[in-house]
Amino acid sequence: MAKPAIELKNITKRFGSKVVANKNVCLSVYKGEILSLLGENGSGKTTLMNIISGIYYPDEGKIFIDGEEVVIRSPKDAFKYKIGMIHQHFKLIDVFSAAQNIVLGLKEEERFDIKTVTAKVKQISEQYGFDIDPNKKIYEMSVSEKQTVEIIKVLYRGADILILDEPTAVLTPQETQKLFAILRRMKEAGKAIIIITHKLHEVLSLSDKVAVLRKGEYIGTVVTAETNEAQLTEMMVGKKISLNINRSLPKDPVDRLAVKNLCCVNAEGVKVLDDISFSARSGEILGIAGIAGSGQRELLEAIAGLQPVQSGDIIYNNPKTGSQDELRGKTPIQIRELGVRLSFVPEDRLGMGLVGNMDIIDNMMLRSYRKGKTMFLERKKPKDLAERIINDLEVVTPSAQTPVRKLSGGNVQKVLVGREIAASPTVLMAAYPVRGLDINSSYAIYNLLNQQKENGVAVIFVGEDLDVLIELCDRILVISSGKVSGIVDGRKADKGEIGLMMTKAGGGSKNEN
Amino acid sequence: MKTNEKTIKEPLFHITRRTDIPRLRAWGIRLIAIFSALIVSALVIVTITNYNPVEVYVKMFEGSFGSQRKFFILLQNTAMLLCVSLAVTPAFKMKFWNLGAEGQVLVGGLASAACMFYAKDSMPSWLLILVMLVTSILSGIIWGVLPAIFKAIWRTNESLFTLMMNYVAMQLVSFFIMVWVPNGSSVMGVINQQSECGWLPTIFGQRYSINIIIVALLTVFMFIYLHFSKQGYEISVVGESENTARYVGINVKKVIIRTMIISGAICGLTGFLLVSGTNHTISRELAGGMGFTAIMVAWLAKFEPTMMILTSMFIVFLQKGAGEIATAFRLNESVSDIITGIIIFFIIGSEFFINYKINMRSKQKEAQV
Repeated sequence: MAKPAIELKNITKRFGSKVVANKNVCLSVYKGEILSLLGENGSGKTTLMNIISGIYYPDEGKIFIDGEEVVIRSPKDAFKYKIGMIHQHFKLIDVFSAAQNIVLGLKEEERFDIKTVTAKVKQISEQYGFDIDPNKKIYEMSVSEKQTVEIIKVLYRGADILILDEPTAVLTPQETQKLFAILRRMKEAGKAIIIITHKLHEVLSLSDKVAVLRKGEYIGTVVTAETNEAQLTEMMVGKKISLNINRSLPKDPVDRLAVKNLCCVNAEGVKVLDDISFSARSGEILGIAGIAGSGQRELLEAIAGLQPVQSGDIIYNNPKTGSQDELRGKTPIQIRELGVRLSFVPEDRLGMGLVGNMDIIDNMMLRSYRKGKTMFLERKKPKDLAERIINDLEVVTPSAQTPVRKLSGGNVQKVLVGREIAASPTVLMAAYPVRGLDINSSYAIYNLLNQQKENGVAVIFVGEDLDVLIELCDRILVISSGKVSGIVDGRKADKGEIGLMMTKAGGGSKNEN
Repeated sequence: MKTNEKTIKEPLFHITRRTDIPRLRAWGIRLIAIFSALIVSALVIVTITNYNPVEVYVKMFEGSFGSQRKFFILLQNTAMLLCVSLAVTPAFKMKFWNLGAEGQVLVGGLASAACMFYAKDSMPSWLLILVMLVTSILSGIIWGVLPAIFKAIWRTNESLFTLMMNYVAMQLVSFFIMVWVPNGSSVMGVINQQSECGWLPTIFGQRYSINIIIVALLTVFMFIYLHFSKQGYEISVVGESENTARYVGINVKKVIIRTMIISGAICGLTGFLLVSGTNHTISRELAGGMGFTAIMVAWLAKFEPTMMILTSMFIVFLQKGAGEIATAFRLNESVSDIITGIIIFFIIGSEFFINYKINMRSKQKEAQV
């Protein structure tokens, strides 16, 4: 029997002493085979691929190429073993042509003979059915064309083992079909292909085998022909775990924030939010579930007035005046001037929610520094607030004058959540508020959100851990590729069902109407 | 488990970022840097000139503190350099790389000179001074705010823009000198030498007292502005993270433009002080590279106005000392520039050792892979 083109045995990679990114992962791919690597975000897929391509070095385990044990210490070594990686974020030089980018970094003489290069690029294109003009400049290319250049780049270097990190995330369905056709042709030409993805239907239509990772652990490999969506979902999300979060019934919920047919387009012109409608009710936690990058960030930022909205409405029902205010097209300041008490814990804590180099007191002022009629800052109240938050939330810090970047992740988050809650909001939005936090800090944050709910705040919670969403939220909005797949009751929700909704092709609409 | 597998060698040394360093230690590193600089300079002095380095250093010191006159010139030059440094500080804190202070000072000076040249003694000196002050500040603002507007609206590169504006300013000065001095010498004489109209008056028996007082007040103002005003706070937020600024609803465009108005205005003011208080004439070398030296002054002081008093004085001290040894020992100016260069190199280099730690490879055998 032939040896696998690449085989991993018991690969383990730790970051620091606590985080285990990969644990005992075993994989093998034969020539002429496509393996899908499936897993949720943070399950260690990219880490594993970075190990194969020489960016990380594993702590334990062995790698075999054609049956021989090898050590891959750098991307150069990976190149030597004919491993080519196509990253999710393209590494191309905009002002160079496709051909120039393809030979960039090669030592051979031919690098300077652009005619030979062009000819070889053309030959590769014809062999696999790429459609590319070698002389076109990168900045004139579409996303799909750029990806083609990346793929030809590794083929040009003679790669036999290709790794594609979420190649379809940036493609339209038609482009995806084209890419798959090419991948199948490569498979026929005897290449070993590993494709990272979390879209189940793609896995099923393209790959021969599926390997599943969950929270860094290797769950197993199954043959695609012998499996189905339900089994893969269960492997991916796992069995239900109980967290014992105390969830009370919402007290007389009323619609506080209604989002209607919201559409957003990002800077690249891709539709990131497509006809999103839902309402957030007072005294209730609305969870938002979805694969990362399905539009969660854009949705919250659109509500907060940070993201331009193409069409649709964001209506706020003011509990004081009873009026209905349109928030769409308003700046954060205008929203506040309307009397909307909207608090927002963004995903990027130190890059958006806080200023890393400023101390806790100055960070407390971020939202309120305009108060007072003089041109000078009033630091007394922020100082009191800082001290209160340090006390109440047990923030571990040398003093209130410590720059927040020096605090640990959990404490940074407490400072941020503490400040947002201190504004006594009527709507509180939190994006991945427990990401990177240890268990205790996570529970502290869950409890804070729960308290806010009990105080009658409409809480919107974007999470990635389905167990937590199911235990914490009253209702869960599931989005997929910028579309609403459905809204489920948190008390009756089933993890597998949510998992399926998250991975639905292009978002579905069967739960609507 | 494994036997003949290759071991992965740890590199000979690797560099890690220090998160925290005690202040005392940081100053210790800086002191060591200055001493090392003096030793290296001494070696250079001995090998190139054969003079006793100690004598050279004494002369260098005398360049600034040799006489009362020299001391006042030190203060005056420090004040001017400090003034430009204060001007660039808010922009740099906002991460707006204003490389155009030179030009902004120059147009400020040009505006003052133009007022003096055309008004002669047609109005009382105090009124002329007022007119000069206003036109200088306005010219500085125009030179500063143009790149800011382009950056705010069209996201142009402010470094290139401000840098190019310097050349425009220089050519403007050349042009006006040519118009004003018809004899073709291209050197503008002292303006209003007889009437002293538009000259800042001498107080406390010293020519430059007013300059020094104004800059001292400005330092206090900038300190308060940056630390205790809402606008100063906005500058810090925008400089740290534009995303955070948007998140809290700061109008980033407005802050960029407003801050460059301040930056340009102070540069224009410096131009006015140089023409009205110090030189009473205009030349292309009015700013004399201060627009760039000021960036170093501000950076060395970590954009802290109070610290800038020290750093600007230190830089001027080095410049004066270099000039002094050049004349005293009949050295080529370049030798003194070499010494100044070495000292500054060491000081800036010491910041690396304050921010980073060098870890050597540990002695014991690396773990088997």
